[in-house]
Amino acid sequence: MLIGAPDVSNGAVHVWQRNFDVFRRVWRTESLGIGLEPWIVILAMGFGLGRFVELDSGEEYIQFLAPGLLAMFPMFAAIFECGWGAFMRLETHRTYEAVLTTPASVDDLITGEILWGTTRSALNATYILVVLLILGPWTEAVRSPWAILVLPIAVLQGFMFSALAMSFASLARAMTHFGYLFNVVVMPMFWLSGGFFPLENLPDWAQRVAWFMPLVHSVELNRAVLTGDLRPELLIDVAWLAVGAWVFYRAALALMRRRLIV
Amino acid sequence: MGRFAVDAVELRKEFGSTVAVDGVSFVVHDGECFGLLGPNGAGKTTTIRMITCASPVGGGRLLVTGHDVTEEPRLVKSRIGVVPQDENLDPDLPTRKNLEVYARYFGLSGAEIRERVDEQLEFFELDGKAKEPVNTLSGGMRRRLLIARALIHQPQLLVLDEPTVGLDPQARHLVWEQLRRLRERGVTQLLTTHYMDEAAQLCDRIVVMHRGSILAEGSPRELVQEHAGESVLELRMPASEREPLVAAAGGEVAVEAYGDVAYLFGEQAALSPVATRVGDHFRGLLRPANLEDVFLRLTGRELLE
Repeated sequence: MLIGAPDVSNGAVHVWQRNFDVFRRVWRTESLGIGLEPWIVILAMGFGLGRFVELDSGEEYIQFLAPGLLAMFPMFAAIFECGWGAFMRLETHRTYEAVLTTPASVDDLITGEILWGTTRSALNATYILVVLLILGPWTEAVRSPWAILVLPIAVLQGFMFSALAMSFASLARAMTHFGYLFNVVVMPMFWLSGGFFPLENLPDWAQRVAWFMPLVHSVELNRAVLTGDLRPELLIDVAWLAVGAWVFYRAALALMRRRLIV
Repeated sequence: MGRFAVDAVELRKEFGSTVAVDGVSFVVHDGECFGLLGPNGAGKTTTIRMITCASPVGGGRLLVTGHDVTEEPRLVKSRIGVVPQDENLDPDLPTRKNLEVYARYFGLSGAEIRERVDEQLEFFELDGKAKEPVNTLSGGMRRRLLIARALIHQPQLLVLDEPTVGLDPQARHLVWEQLRRLRERGVTQLLTTHYMDEAAQLCDRIVVMHRGSILAEGSPRELVQEHAGESVLELRMPASEREPLVAAAGGEVAVEAYGDVAYLFGEQAALSPVATRVGDHFRGLLRPANLEDVFLRLTGRELLE
């Protein structure tokens, strides 16, 4: 399942284009919520709550929070697109069934969808980075030119979370099943991945458990590139995300083949 | 060229212990309209799903436009157009864009796509709706848009699974008319239906499927002559009243009885004296035999279960 080339062709690009076409039609309405989100969070958490927080490192709280925002919201974008969105297209609208009557293969379809989830994740990260840069004079959250690496990180984690959500969608039988994905996978990661507080504050065992959460690694990478504190150990985080991306990608392909071709 | 649009040999498909398609063989000739006829659960849709590469072949051999569906699914899918039973238009895109996005999957270029989309919208009388969201279209329009979509890449074979199910009579007749026009243009068609009148209206050749097997094959006319004969007399009365009438019929008459209704199959000359004796069209209707009668004769009482 994990080795051998997937059966991918141009069809994957056409699937991506379909999503892009839809996005071009609806982006104005969608971007209102997405556009406001980081401003509200930065205002509430960074400036509001942040005044009560004193960090051992001497950083301002907003400086600590920024790398987390750059990982969490892009994660939501990818998971929403390839979780709920994919399930709608699979079951409710049967768009997948229609695509499969064209020369496109299941692998094309799923790869195109995951690449679109990756794109949404990257767009979201880009936007938050721009907001942080605009607020730079007040927050000083972006402290190194290496911050540009937030984008490849967003691509890598975007691909992984998209594939994870797609694997889940291939197993879900009803929209309500996504409650498990949200409550058991997404929310614990959101709160416990070191975005809101240093993981060192947790007991040892919890830190060890946290290592298994994918979001921990992208938060860690974002923190390093925003501060310019690049060190060799970060390669382990990159490897974690890369392996996770590949495993979930192959799982999504295999599970969707099983679901769609019967 | 002796090439067939579909060439199925001993085609099989099982789901667990259920045999959905039990070794069927048939060919669809280029240029004809071919019908798979049968009640729900006969194996029609499963057969169609194997032909359209949506379901792996469970056994036997299946060539579509001359290519093996298992070996070359991408090639086969590029040469056939599929109209699904359950509507699956893209609700996130307006009418015209539905066709354009679908055409792109076939590797068509921008100019080609625009030209073909215009053509299809005009042929199916949807040009006035090009910019409308698909969920504002009527049932008949949506069905026509599905057929237009399936034709966008000029396929060699058009596969339609229950093309008019759920449509009102007017919409149904419009779809039939358009399918006949496509047939005149030489578009090979394979359709499934459980409407006998639809098969009689559209198909050059038919196979009747029941419980995964083929019961009969031929043109609608041949099937009616062979299995139902010339005429049918429907008798609606209790069996006790009916029996003396049946006995009085001359010549060879076959009888199928379902409770208070009996169907007498035979030549008109043999049946018309009986009809005259009943003297009431409602209780004794003499009419030409049709495909529905073929169906009743071939599948018998099982249909009523």
